[in-house]
Amino acid sequence: MSMPDSPSHRAVVSDGPVQSPHPLFRLTLPALVVLFVIPALHLLTPADSAWHLSDFFLTLTGKILCYAVVAVAMDLIWGFGGILSLGHGLFFALGGYSFGMYLMRQIGRDGSYHAELPDFMVFLDWKELPWFWQGSDHFLWAVLMAILVPAVVATVFGFFAFRSRIRGVYFSIITQALVYASMLLFFRNETGFGGNNGFTDFKRVLGYSITSPATRSVLFILSGLLLIGALYLAFWLTRSRFGRVLAAVRDAESRVMFIGYRPQDYKLTAWVISAALCGLAGALYVPQVGIINPGEMSPANSIEIAIWVAVGGRGTLLGPVLGAFLVNLGKTYFTSHFPEYWLFILGALFVAVTLYLPEGLMGLPARLRALRGLPA
Amino acid sequence: MIRTLLFALCLLCPLGSMAALPLPLLQALTGDDADARTQAVIDLGLSVDPQAQVVLEALRDDTLFTLKGRLLVVTGEQAADAATGASVGVPADAPEPPEQLTVNNLLRGEAAKALALRNLASKDVDVRRSAAKELASEPPAAFAASMATAAASEQDADTAQLLKLAAAQAQLQSPEPGLRIAALNSLADSGEPAIAAMIKPLTGSVEPDVQVRDAARRALNAIQGRLFWGDLLDRLFTGLSLGSILLLAALGLAITYGVMGVINMAHGEFLMIGAYSAYFVQGVFQQHAPQLQAWYLAAALPVGFLAAALVGAVLERLVIRHLYGRPLETLLASWGLSLILIQAARALFGPQNVQVANPGWMSGSLAITPSLVLPWNRMLIIAFAVAVLALTWALMQRTRLGLYVRAVTQNRAMASCVGVATHRVDSLAFALGAGIAGLGGVALSQIANVGPEMGQGYIVDSFMVVVLGGVGQLAGAVWAALGLGVAAKFLEGWTGAVIAKILVLGFVIVFIQKRPQGLFAQRGRNVDA
Repeated sequence: MSMPDSPSHRAVVSDGPVQSPHPLFRLTLPALVVLFVIPALHLLTPADSAWHLSDFFLTLTGKILCYAVVAVAMDLIWGFGGILSLGHGLFFALGGYSFGMYLMRQIGRDGSYHAELPDFMVFLDWKELPWFWQGSDHFLWAVLMAILVPAVVATVFGFFAFRSRIRGVYFSIITQALVYASMLLFFRNETGFGGNNGFTDFKRVLGYSITSPATRSVLFILSGLLLIGALYLAFWLTRSRFGRVLAAVRDAESRVMFIGYRPQDYKLTAWVISAALCGLAGALYVPQVGIINPGEMSPANSIEIAIWVAVGGRGTLLGPVLGAFLVNLGKTYFTSHFPEYWLFILGALFVAVTLYLPEGLMGLPARLRALRGLPA
Repeated sequence: MIRTLLFALCLLCPLGSMAALPLPLLQALTGDDADARTQAVIDLGLSVDPQAQVVLEALRDDTLFTLKGRLLVVTGEQAADAATGASVGVPADAPEPPEQLTVNNLLRGEAAKALALRNLASKDVDVRRSAAKELASEPPAAFAASMATAAASEQDADTAQLLKLAAAQAQLQSPEPGLRIAALNSLADSGEPAIAAMIKPLTGSVEPDVQVRDAARRALNAIQGRLFWGDLLDRLFTGLSLGSILLLAALGLAITYGVMGVINMAHGEFLMIGAYSAYFVQGVFQQHAPQLQAWYLAAALPVGFLAAALVGAVLERLVIRHLYGRPLETLLASWGLSLILIQAARALFGPQNVQVANPGWMSGSLAITPSLVLPWNRMLIIAFAVAVLALTWALMQRTRLGLYVRAVTQNRAMASCVGVATHRVDSLAFALGAGIAGLGGVALSQIANVGPEMGQGYIVDSFMVVVLGGVGQLAGAVWAALGLGVAAKFLEGWTGAVIAKILVLGFVIVFIQKRPQGLFAQRGRNVDA
């Protein structure tokens, strides 16, 4: 899989018109301030103060920050590459499992069986760590795996899928089948990842208690930094020559190919970067929520990622972040207050956004202006 | 007082004139020697005395008591002597009350076998058949001759066959090598895995006689050959059954995908609507026409078709139509619709699975050999899938609507140019696809759980069928559905269900590499088709 090096490729268009300043730059500083103020309010104020932010709030926002990273990763391939993945939950979960293995090893002898091996292995009567658990004692190895495992899976799958020009709904359904099959695989005890129950009951990360407010705050800040980093990376990628070819592939793949590019290389690169971002998000997600199980790979979870992006607005980068926050806050509210209506609302959201808000919330101001007959 | 008198009277008359079970036999039954007890039960089974039947039944029902060394059969307030059946009075204030005889499960099992042997003489064919079934597993060696005699005079063919095998099994324990070889030769007719397992040790050093070992080896080969074919046919049948269900699920999807190029993620929910229609019609029949209950499924078919087609038509009008040309958005919107339909089913019928009964004519099964049993409901569903396929084929090939549908599938713009009302065709095709899924749902209600989420599992599988078969060809969908069904069942046998599913998925991905247009592609010149 070589990058295109034909003469036609080198003779690309000039840098084009000057880009208008993106709201990303204006929002970075306020976002960083909020990112440090929230944990500060959690750590430094007494629990009965009006300014105190609860554990629940910190965990919830931290969790949604991880989801937002996934939404940005999804926007990269769907908004800019025109590839709708219904299987991104797989990469998220693979990252989560990779880091979860490290967290399981950190439990040490404090599990219910007080054994050297993780509890579920004792339960299965395994005598030693399987080969794919080697190295899971080391933090850096776990982080590396959280990026590499999703990236490798994405490379193998993407290479074959893009090479044979599977696209559109075909690709979407195949990714759904992939995540579904993986879920079944991880449900098996013999696969070696805790089966049905997955990993839970974590105690420590890098020696620090995983439930302490300080650890939670650090994880929260890391999630926020990852989100900002992901946004900058995606921004840079999409504004680069690479990003413009990717958008061209989205809009007219055959023409791009006839000009002399290899669309599959651009798609695969974006696809693998997107998967690796999801893996990192999953690795930060697991210590915050304290559990990872095959349910994360259910097709419904993966397809929900698409609705975060659609609600916020495809191809806008900031929109998906907004969408991830709105949909997940809504989900938290409704599933606890009106559980029987949540699926109606989510379903209606899918229908309404695709019918009436194709550009998402980010496109709403322009749409309203157009309705009032004002210039865009 | 009168009781005491009666008691005394009975003790005085031993009723020596009547036939009675031999005393040593009954003593062995109350004794501590387990082998002797078993032998006593076997003797009771072989005994011609009708009183043996009473004792065996009492043994089975735990109504045997001992009193001062005598064995009593107690029924309610009455007690009778076990040997003779003569009624015995027991004083309420007797110095020591009768003591219940302890019977362990092993002995109770022997008693059941002995009773079964006696029941072989019954006039009722059902009694004889259940007795033969009881004797079919591990019959006592002593019963071999009696069972062989019973088999020879048995009128019912199934029962005779069972008895013949049971007699052979019993005869296998005979000390005579000749008898053992004869037994092995008749056991070779069997198709039971259990009998193969029983014969297997005899091919080795357990059996002292070389000739018997050879006979055992021959019999084992014969049985295993039959088991292999039975197993193969069984896999093939379950594969066809799965394939027919996949076909019912995928046929509608193939039509809508062919015509409109959209993946309808709510397609599985049309199956659910069909299945709930069956549940609903069942309820209506229960309430208003219980005498026609057996035929509620016939009424459920049109209801399921119309309900799903109606919902499909409404959804197409309200949502799908407005997303024309945006397949990915259609996919997401139809996913939203499926969530709404699932939640609506939960709200209407509750989150639990509902019970849809098999009518009498669909339950039961056809046993071709002991290891190859074909359930009627699965066979009927295969037949139903064939019928639906034939109807769909006729509709697509022989009607004007079918012609239009095929035209739009091949080239929408061209069809529109020559005057086909493509939007109308879209609506009708979508409703038709939904209706076929509704029919599939009615069929599915007979073999699968009916619940709000039942449709979710079928969308990926149905799409695999469409991908594999190619768009716009019924033949492709048929071969793909049957191929996937049979392949999945055969793989399941070797690797387990999960790995089988993953292998099938892997195969489909590799297959698309080679033939992105499916098995039966339509020729076209469109680059972005």
